[in-house]
Amino acid sequence: MTRLDTLRGPAAPLDHNARTIAALAVNPGCDRRALLDAAGIDKQRTATHLGYPAPFGQSPFAITRAASFDALVKANGCAHLLRLLRDTLDLSISEASYSDISDVGGSDNHQVRHTRTRALLKRAASDGEGAGTLFDHPLLKLGVAGHQVYLEPAIIAFQIEGRFHVVEIKSFAVIDDQADAGQVAAAARQSAVYVYALRALFASEGLDPDRVSHDVVLVCPKDFANHPTATLLDVRQQLAALDRQLSRLTRIDRILDELPVGITFDIEAQSPDEAAKAVSTVDARFAPECLSSCEMALFCRAEARDSGSTDMLGRTARDELGGVESIPTALGLADDSRLPSPEQTEIAEQLRYVRRIYIEAVA
Amino acid sequence: MSVISSYARALAVQTGRAQPVATVRHVHLSATPMVFIPLKLAGEAAAPLAALVGTDPANPRLLVVPQPRNRDLRFAFMAELADVMLPYIEGFAAVTETVEAKTPYERSSDAPQLLVPNRGGVAFTKLLGRSTRFRRADGPYPVHPSVPVLGQWLTFLAERAEYAGSSALVALTEALALHWATGQSPMEDANLATQLAWIAPPEGQNGPEAALAAEDPLTSPPAGPETHPDFDGQVLDHAIRAYESSGSPAQVREALRTQLEPTWALMWQAVRLLRGLPEAATVDARWAKDRDQFTRETARLADGGFPRGRVDGAVSAAIRLADLESALQTYEAQRAFDDPLVMTEHRVAGKAFSGEVVAVDATRRIVPPGKTRPAPRPLVTIRTSDPVRLSPGKRLFSSRNRKQKTEIVSIAGDLVVIQINDQMGRGSTPAPGSVPEVGEIVCYAELDPGGGQRPRLPSGEDTPWTHGGPPAPYVPTDEDAQEAWS
Repeated sequence: MTRLDTLRGPAAPLDHNARTIAALAVNPGCDRRALLDAAGIDKQRTATHLGYPAPFGQSPFAITRAASFDALVKANGCAHLLRLLRDTLDLSISEASYSDISDVGGSDNHQVRHTRTRALLKRAASDGEGAGTLFDHPLLKLGVAGHQVYLEPAIIAFQIEGRFHVVEIKSFAVIDDQADAGQVAAAARQSAVYVYALRALFASEGLDPDRVSHDVVLVCPKDFANHPTATLLDVRQQLAALDRQLSRLTRIDRILDELPVGITFDIEAQSPDEAAKAVSTVDARFAPECLSSCEMALFCRAEARDSGSTDMLGRTARDELGGVESIPTALGLADDSRLPSPEQTEIAEQLRYVRRIYIEAVA
Repeated sequence: MSVISSYARALAVQTGRAQPVATVRHVHLSATPMVFIPLKLAGEAAAPLAALVGTDPANPRLLVVPQPRNRDLRFAFMAELADVMLPYIEGFAAVTETVEAKTPYERSSDAPQLLVPNRGGVAFTKLLGRSTRFRRADGPYPVHPSVPVLGQWLTFLAERAEYAGSSALVALTEALALHWATGQSPMEDANLATQLAWIAPPEGQNGPEAALAAEDPLTSPPAGPETHPDFDGQVLDHAIRAYESSGSPAQVREALRTQLEPTWALMWQAVRLLRGLPEAATVDARWAKDRDQFTRETARLADGGFPRGRVDGAVSAAIRLADLESALQTYEAQRAFDDPLVMTEHRVAGKAFSGEVVAVDATRRIVPPGKTRPAPRPLVTIRTSDPVRLSPGKRLFSSRNRKQKTEIVSIAGDLVVIQINDQMGRGSTPAPGSVPEVGEIVCYAELDPGGGQRPRLPSGEDTPWTHGGPPAPYVPTDEDAQEAWS
């Protein structure tokens, strides 16, 4: 049993998915999230156990809608998808084969599926020239913080003329050729994770990673109808960001080394207070953005509030207060009740000035 | 956001209550605003689910779509909404006033004002407009004749909301954030319930306690347009099924009423809070712009104007962009000159300074560049403790006289010398009061309330080939009118 298994307890480990990796990459300084994810701990259940259930969820209507749109695009051997690929990639695909790797010979074992994914992709890459091939639900692996994780397969890998494209199906609408910027950005970040993982697989098989295109095909409903439309999304920028941030992630080993011996986050064996104490031994880096992406966010926010951290006001506010970590310190510097440390002299002077003109203007 | 508002946020945390970031109200508030709280079905692009709407706090009107996937029911909902909104909106067109200008013209004395809870409400209003303005009362899939008219008005209002300083369609969380800094992050301020909890916590509670309590989706359901996922799964889903088996929308109505009524109360609480602030000096002038636009739109629709196309042509897009920028520049300047607290943000940034006049050379006359005769160009020396980051030659304005142009001559230590260039009367010496006097406290900023000039652009017919050539004038097609809405 590894130390990560001890941390998790007897529960089965959770898979990573593109969303969790994208979220991790957005906040690379958060040891807590990195460790919980690496150990495959169910953050949702943990947060609930600690008394801070996640502030978000998915509506059954949204899930139904996403599933029905996904089914529509893939119906009849991906007929819709092939038509869209012909149009957006400007390809003359006469016919295409379709293989689903969601279970292999009745087994949904990760190792088996991943091996099958590798074998299929390698064979296609080595001899599959010309004909289009679609691989649904490929199970990819990715090294995150020095730890191998499986990626939940929510995409299709498509090969044509020797090049592989990632196809992502999303159910948010594109209205008059415009989609919600936030949702497109999230989709681009997630697709980049798959491109990254696919390239890593190619590299490890001795194939040219550049055969995986940085142009991702995003399939969405058009206008107010259920009719799909496809767009090419260049994710080079997201890939570069992901690469940089994954390499900056603290090595899990380093975090593990700093933990007390024998510690566990097992929620079955511990009371909420004990579990909270255990979780608190790992540092978090809270930002309000976590509230929409991390299940632990409310727990970390309460912690930030208790310690009067400027993190709870948002990153902009924290920066504008000169990076001073605590609110009492910032206010203390402003009203001269606290002596600045040498590196705080400049910000202290500014805060004193801000306080003076603020008081003057309010009065 | 600025260091001032961040400081105010920190103060809010310390005192347990939101802190002011404005001393006067910068948005117009109608005597009879219409509050509109729309809800949509999760996962769909623009499927209305319900709305609570009305001008009387004691008497909201609840509209629901008992099965949001049914397009006939959706359009029936839009027709009902038109029934509430159109009489309100069109009612303002009846009373007009004559505006004294070079060519006097008629303008509506008042205009409609729609208040929604948050930015999502504005975006959804725009989508509702987009999905209904092309519809027709005849042909396949006919809708009630009022539906496309409402679509045009919602489109108009949502477009006005893009202009800085317009009060035609206001997201109340944003209006509140203009005036108060809470002890939470800007992202959390998009939640009307927690934002109000910080600004006006209930008796016996402080801001953070009240905000925490206001995060409970049972007591403070989301202000829309998205509903809470748990509500969807545990209540709404069953209620919709009940409607499908019984044909009675009662259960859906009741469920949605519980989701909307708490927000309704919060909306009017926010209106009362904002009304409690004295109105800023230029609010009226900006509202006059909204009334101008409303008058123009009324006339355009009366002429049978087509619905706005899906995309702008090149020239109209460029004009719109220039106007948006100019509106923003004017608004920023006006807000700062109206409100010393807003001005502090510019002072901290070094783009404005305030101080006491220590010397005035009122009789100075020079020959201005490009002129032949000497003219009065007084010099005023101001002592300031602000960190001025302006360079000589920079053109400045002041709230003393917002039209008067001045420029920086020199900055040495805490002394700034400025030269006054106009607005001093026709005499050989400056008119009394046109130049600040020694001992006066003044504030100058590089903010131009004039808004700048719109660049000269060709007319639509002369659009150059680089921009696609002259666009075909937009005429609604049958296809637009029959667009699928699933």
